[in-house]
Amino acid sequence: MSAPGAAAAGGGRSGTAADWGGFEDNMQGGGSAVIDMENMDDTSGSSFEDMGEMHQRMKEEEEEEEGEAGTAEEEDGEFLGMKGLRGQLGRQVADQMWQVGKRQASRAFSLYANIDILRPYFDVEPVQVRARLLESMIPVKMINFPQKIAGELYGPLMLVFTLVAILLHGMKTSDTIIREGTLMGTAIGTCFGYWLGVSSFIYFLAYLCNAQITMVQMLSLLGYGLFGHCITLFVTYNIHFHSLFYICWLGVGGLSTLRMVAVLVSRTVGHTQRLILCGTLAALHMLFLLYLHFAYHKVVEGILDTLEGPNMPPFQRVARDIPVVSNAVLNTTAKAIALTL
Amino acid sequence: MAAAEGSGGVGGPLFAGLADVSISEDIPVEGEITVPVGSHSPDDDYSTLDEPVRDTIMRDLKAVGKKFVHVMYPKKSSALLRDWDLWGPLVLCVSLALMLQGGSADSKDDGGPQFAEVFVIIWFGAVVITLNSKLLGGTISFFQSLCVLGYCVLPLTVAMLVCRLVLLAGSGTVSFIIRLIVVVAMFGWSTLASTAFLADSQPPNRKALVVYPIFLFYFVISWMILTFTPQ
Repeated sequence: MSAPGAAAAGGGRSGTAADWGGFEDNMQGGGSAVIDMENMDDTSGSSFEDMGEMHQRMKEEEEEEEGEAGTAEEEDGEFLGMKGLRGQLGRQVADQMWQVGKRQASRAFSLYANIDILRPYFDVEPVQVRARLLESMIPVKMINFPQKIAGELYGPLMLVFTLVAILLHGMKTSDTIIREGTLMGTAIGTCFGYWLGVSSFIYFLAYLCNAQITMVQMLSLLGYGLFGHCITLFVTYNIHFHSLFYICWLGVGGLSTLRMVAVLVSRTVGHTQRLILCGTLAALHMLFLLYLHFAYHKVVEGILDTLEGPNMPPFQRVARDIPVVSNAVLNTTAKAIALTL
Repeated sequence: MAAAEGSGGVGGPLFAGLADVSISEDIPVEGEITVPVGSHSPDDDYSTLDEPVRDTIMRDLKAVGKKFVHVMYPKKSSALLRDWDLWGPLVLCVSLALMLQGGSADSKDDGGPQFAEVFVIIWFGAVVITLNSKLLGGTISFFQSLCVLGYCVLPLTVAMLVCRLVLLAGSGTVSFIIRLIVVVAMFGWSTLASTAFLADSQPPNRKALVVYPIFLFYFVISWMILTFTPQ
């Protein structure tokens, strides 16, 4: 019953729409019933109430002869039609919005929560992974045309987890009694934070410097660059020679940094841009290795104790006070080097 | 509608015509409605809601126990995969986390890995390994993989128990060596057991890619067990 009512109202509307110039701004397509119905809910103009009143008055004039019962009924029917129409319209609109929202949400969910998005980035063979690991230590010579970067995430992810495991192993062999739980969280947070954070930052810089690299490629490049870190830390956590660490830092860390820098240089145009991008990456990468060694390893303090005797204050191993720790350690390192020289 | 009915009342029954409609014999409107009943396995002849509670618990405990035996003697059987359940992993995880409590740090700090951290590490690690094996093209389902990884923590829980007992005796170098041997042995056992179950579901040339994160995962758990020092 609502449909004929709507049609009648729409027809009535378009009939009198010509009288009301104010509506022509709102009406887009002439006298279609849909648009009229949209405007019907818009009570900003007084015309709606006037329309209702006009209808009511017309009906009253027509049906005064027919008798009051019929008129009252029709009036009520008309009114009910209008009110019922608005209520029904509201319900239909709400229902439609719910359907659309539900459809969009389920589509978005199946699109983003679908694990298959990541599947192409894990499509590797063990041989390929091994080859890429070795390649990450070899700087490329040709920087005049863009070098290929494999956009793969398995290797970098495994390298980050390996780095976490090596950090934990280093804390064990350094034989300190530490709050294991918190340091484990710190280790995981540090490694993942470095990988994701520095990748994003360099990607942002690359965007500013007009370098041709995508986010996945950057993640992959930096992830494979952590291979050098893993090797260095694994070696120096087991063999506690300080000079060995510096040699490894420069040698192994330097090689992997050089590779990353060379690949980025090959994809960037312009001297200033290359300098900015590669300088930042090199600095961050080398400093990270330095940080990992000094913040999670207390071999230096042990050596100094044997050299200088019990004059040094006991090493307060608190995981959170990293700046204090590294300052103290750097000072003692300088002293140790001076002593050995 | 009221108006329509009213007008209908005036002009005879509105829907009288319908009573005259007869259904022609060509259109078959009769048949049998049968509710499709799934084929019962012999065990489900009676509703398990009616059985005594003891039976339910015993059945579940037996299933968990059978899976424990499968882990301790890893043969290539599919029982662990077919009826997966997560009770065993939950029990193992909780007992491991409880046994790792009470480790000391400096006395003013809270000691040892907290219960929540052990819990999160085990489950988060298992989820990551499962996702990794699925992304590499594995045919195993999510919960089956979680089930296997959780059950294979059993050797490490046994190692934790042994470590605690050894530490009761003393905490010198000898006890460290004993603990190291036990933990390394159990770590190898765990890795081999889970590999035996999980690697079959992978394409043959990618087994190494799946085994490596499992190795790392059990390595981290072993590290937590080995560095545990009681207060």
